[in-house]
Amino acid sequence: MEYVSPEGLRLDGRRPMEMRQIRGEIGVVDKADGSAVFEMGNTKVIAAVYGPREVQNRSQQMNDRALVRCEYTMANFSTGDRMRKPKGDRRSTEISLVIRQTMEACIMTHLMPRTQIDIFVQVLQADGGTRSACINAATLALSDAGIPMRDLVTSCSAGYLNSTPLLDLNYVEDSAGGADVTLGIMPKLDKVTLLQMDAKLPLDIFENVMQLAIEGCKAVATYIREVLLENTKQLEYRRGT
Amino acid sequence: MLQNKSFVKRTRGGKITKVVREHYLRHDIYCGAPVCKVCDTSGARLSPTASTILIFDTNVVLHQIDLIENPAIEDVVVLSIVLEEVKNRNLSVYNRVRALCSNSLRKFFVFSNEHHKDTYVTDMSGESKNDRNDRAIRVAAQWYQTHLAGSAKVLLITNDKENKRKAIEEGISAETVESYVRSLSKPELLDLLVQPASEDVKMEDAEDLRPSKRKVIYSEHKPMSEITSGLHRGIYHQGKLRVNRYNPFEAYVGSESIGDEIIIYGRTNMNRAFDGDIVAVELLPQDQWHEEKSLALADEEDEEEDVHLVPGSADDAPRTIAAQGSAGITEPVQNRPSGRVVGIIKRNWHSYCGSLEPMAKPAGGGGIAHALFVSKDRRIPKIRIQTRQLENLMDKRIIVAVDSWDRLSRYPSGHYVRTIGVIGDKDTETEVVLIENDINTRPFSSQVLACLPPLPWFVSSEDLANPIRQDLRQLRVFSVDPPGCKDIDDALHCTALPNGNYEVGVHIADVTNFVHSGTPLDDEASQRGTSVYLVERRIDMLPKPLTEDICSLRADVERLAFSVIWEMTAEAEIISARYTKSVIKSCAALSYIEAQARMDDSRLMDPLTTDLRNMNSLAKIMRARRIERGALTLASAEVKFEIDTETHDPLDMGMYQIREANQMVEEFMLAANVSVAEKILKHFPLCSLLRRHPSPTREMLEPLLRTAAAIGLNLDVSSSKALADSLDSAVGDDPYFNKLIRILATRCMTQAVYFCSGDLSPPEYLHYGLAASLYTHFTSPIRRYADVITHRLLAASLGIYKLPTIFQDGPRLTSIADNLNYRHRNAQMASRASVELHTVIFFKKRPTDTEARIVRIRSNGFFVFVPKYGIEGPVYLTPRGEKGSGEWYVDEQQQKIRKMDGSISYSVLQTVFIHMEIVEPQPNRPKLQLSLV
Repeated sequence: MEYVSPEGLRLDGRRPMEMRQIRGEIGVVDKADGSAVFEMGNTKVIAAVYGPREVQNRSQQMNDRALVRCEYTMANFSTGDRMRKPKGDRRSTEISLVIRQTMEACIMTHLMPRTQIDIFVQVLQADGGTRSACINAATLALSDAGIPMRDLVTSCSAGYLNSTPLLDLNYVEDSAGGADVTLGIMPKLDKVTLLQMDAKLPLDIFENVMQLAIEGCKAVATYIREVLLENTKQLEYRRGT
Repeated sequence: MLQNKSFVKRTRGGKITKVVREHYLRHDIYCGAPVCKVCDTSGARLSPTASTILIFDTNVVLHQIDLIENPAIEDVVVLSIVLEEVKNRNLSVYNRVRALCSNSLRKFFVFSNEHHKDTYVTDMSGESKNDRNDRAIRVAAQWYQTHLAGSAKVLLITNDKENKRKAIEEGISAETVESYVRSLSKPELLDLLVQPASEDVKMEDAEDLRPSKRKVIYSEHKPMSEITSGLHRGIYHQGKLRVNRYNPFEAYVGSESIGDEIIIYGRTNMNRAFDGDIVAVELLPQDQWHEEKSLALADEEDEEEDVHLVPGSADDAPRTIAAQGSAGITEPVQNRPSGRVVGIIKRNWHSYCGSLEPMAKPAGGGGIAHALFVSKDRRIPKIRIQTRQLENLMDKRIIVAVDSWDRLSRYPSGHYVRTIGVIGDKDTETEVVLIENDINTRPFSSQVLACLPPLPWFVSSEDLANPIRQDLRQLRVFSVDPPGCKDIDDALHCTALPNGNYEVGVHIADVTNFVHSGTPLDDEASQRGTSVYLVERRIDMLPKPLTEDICSLRADVERLAFSVIWEMTAEAEIISARYTKSVIKSCAALSYIEAQARMDDSRLMDPLTTDLRNMNSLAKIMRARRIERGALTLASAEVKFEIDTETHDPLDMGMYQIREANQMVEEFMLAANVSVAEKILKHFPLCSLLRRHPSPTREMLEPLLRTAAAIGLNLDVSSSKALADSLDSAVGDDPYFNKLIRILATRCMTQAVYFCSGDLSPPEYLHYGLAASLYTHFTSPIRRYADVITHRLLAASLGIYKLPTIFQDGPRLTSIADNLNYRHRNAQMASRASVELHTVIFFKKRPTDTEARIVRIRSNGFFVFVPKYGIEGPVYLTPRGEKGSGEWYVDEQQQKIRKMDGSISYSVLQTVFIHMEIVEPQPNRPKLQLSLV
């Protein structure tokens, strides 16, 4: 299968180093303390954050820091073939854990001891790169909730098909069986909080692919910052000062 | 700009789903014309002076690819929608178009109209996919017209009447292919045109004149949906059709669903399928399985049996099992299922090499003439073509492509592609051989040559300082090869150690030091797979500087090598083996004859000769041990020509003589290959490239056993060891008897094949002929790509280099191994064909009487083997055509043919004297004929 044509276009018309269109929106669930929708092309994810609040299960309470919980689900209508997605299957448990660990690394949990922070993410429409979209949505929602963080966490995937590193794989490219690197970074601190890869890559090629993913994360960070700034301006305007 | 493409798709489970995919439209897709002022012209491919820019419709590209490949067609814009459609319909045409687009000499530009913001068209409701694509083509053509207004004319070429009408309505200039080619005023291009489908009507009209022919000959192919459901329910069987190389009326379909080969007899049952097509087959009722067979025999005798070289293995030999079954009813082979083709799932049509069937000249002359084309490959039926240059083509070898085959015509119809040259001319025929065997003779491209190190090349100080490379220049290394060999890829050394043991080294040219994985040079070499040796020329796998100079381990120059070094006892037991990259300096490049002469000359006592003798005695022990294990010493009849240096015509021919020196070198190469195979398999159990030789089945050995039984020889074929022993004991009263039996045994074996170790289980790794549980090719990296792969594996197992990424890709590795097998086989076929060609040239001027041995009995004659020239051919006792006169009686049991009155009889392996001469039954078709003296 030809994923990159000799003209240098991918199946959907992007060039190898291009991301899909991204869009983020804050404050979509009024009841939550913070919420956001994040889209990467046809992948659409909603995130809601509750907390910091009282720990529900006393036995889990920690005296030195906050408890971060995360639940990832996929809406039944998120993929074309309307399959029933049982809650708590292997894949969603794994992704929940990944998101929790990634976010926990940037939340300043020591400032909020004996509390709990709940992050709910749900995939509304899946077209590859759901993990990255979830992390980006969670970042936006956490910021919206005003939870203290060391830095934004942004994520983007990159892959390697037809001997070309590709940024931000969509579903067709994702299921091609090539290597798929999902990366999460804290752009200001220049630290990696998440790095996953399926399939194998030689080290020198992996470095290129990872570099590409870093560029992607940084571009997402720039956009997220714009969204937050815009949101802040709106708030400022509404307050009328 | 973002667009969503949404379409409905049926999943494999049969459910209907809606698929939505993103579709980005871009501003940065350029038109590709250098004259354009708006676009970025850095990637422009069209010529700056182009007055007309052509845009082809999908159907034109699909059907007229031969025309498009002609250099007269230039400045073409290929739309991505056209490419996509072509790709879905016919992958081989797609690859050819892609090759044109990437060829820097041709001016073809791919315009991604589907992603350009102005040329993308959205689906309209009620519009079919085809109409939408036609509209997209018209929109793109229109865009070009306005975009390049004034500087170039845009011409849409379409054979679709509706499309053309609409285009002209929309103000686009459009023409049909035919009218465009006519406007070029180059009549030879018209032959390349495929006759459009509407022509079929005319053909039928023409056939009306011969009412006998105007009938349905073949049954209809079942529609695809019916085939799929038939396959699903198990009434049809899917497989690749392989036509018997020696009897084109018989074909086999290897079917996984019934686990056996289905035999298909006769063209009617083959139902217009070609060799290599993927077909759906329906089994015939069991009572028809036998009846069909006698028919096949009759058919077969109509066909000509040509004189050819002695087959090297079962793969080359005629499939005789089925044909010989007519005598006994108890034969197990008769239970093989036979069937008929009901549909063709995938066509394997390509272009074929051959000539026109001689025929009376048509009265008109100069106009369009119909002619029948006969392919050189007998598996291909005759092809009907139309030509305007009949006179010109009559004595030429030409290439023809197939277009269609309808139910009414006995033969498929096709069109002329190009002329190779005059029939019978040595260069023409050699080229035919090369084309037939799909051998790439094109010079290496500039990208490939750019990968070569700068010339003149010497071993540099960095190479010497490299810690992975051992300096072995002080060793007395020498090479032994055929005389005149320029690509020396192996050298040897043998030093007596103080403890009475020997250090023996095999040094192989370090090709992978120059051919790096993933470079254009590497890709090219892996495509070519092997060097091809013809009688008068060699087609290299690697460019000449590498083959003959940089890699070649010539005498008295320092060269890089990959060495296998053993310590051996005087009894040739290997104590230790090590592998290292090295620098060597060969002190002598001997020929086999020289080496043999040195060993035989007892007066010579110089160190080199002593080394040779030591090695020879070690080799003898190793050889004896190998034979003890059950390795077969098979015989083949290799022929050698002496070629006139000026005219390149053969002066003399004779059997290739094998000396002790050959066997000595061979023995050490085998040992090195086995050693390396063990080493790489230990490190890479899943991705090593090995070579295996499957044990022959009893069925395959049947002809040998039959012959042996007829002369009262009892062969034990239960294992390779048993067979080897009984071959050894088969000594008759004449000296040639044993060799003859060995030759017969050899042709029952299949060929050894390359495979990837992950694909099979260890017991299947066996190399039957060598009685080795593991084997690979390591010793000839200059001329075989398999060895290059093995070098990389060995280097990686030593930790010198990293293993290239493709070794992690199992299916890719398997496909490489398959390609190597295919290339290897083709190279062999080409060598044989080249020898056959030269045999014909040789005997043209020299009709000869010689001795021959009968190897096979037929109802109207027998096959003889001519030991002196290594050829095999039929001798007819009754003139062909009048068969079954009853004069001769064949005794299958004793393999005898006897005259009815009992006066003369011939039995198998008997010596006869024959006369060999070249006859020309038809002008320009010389062939070698054998007759009894």
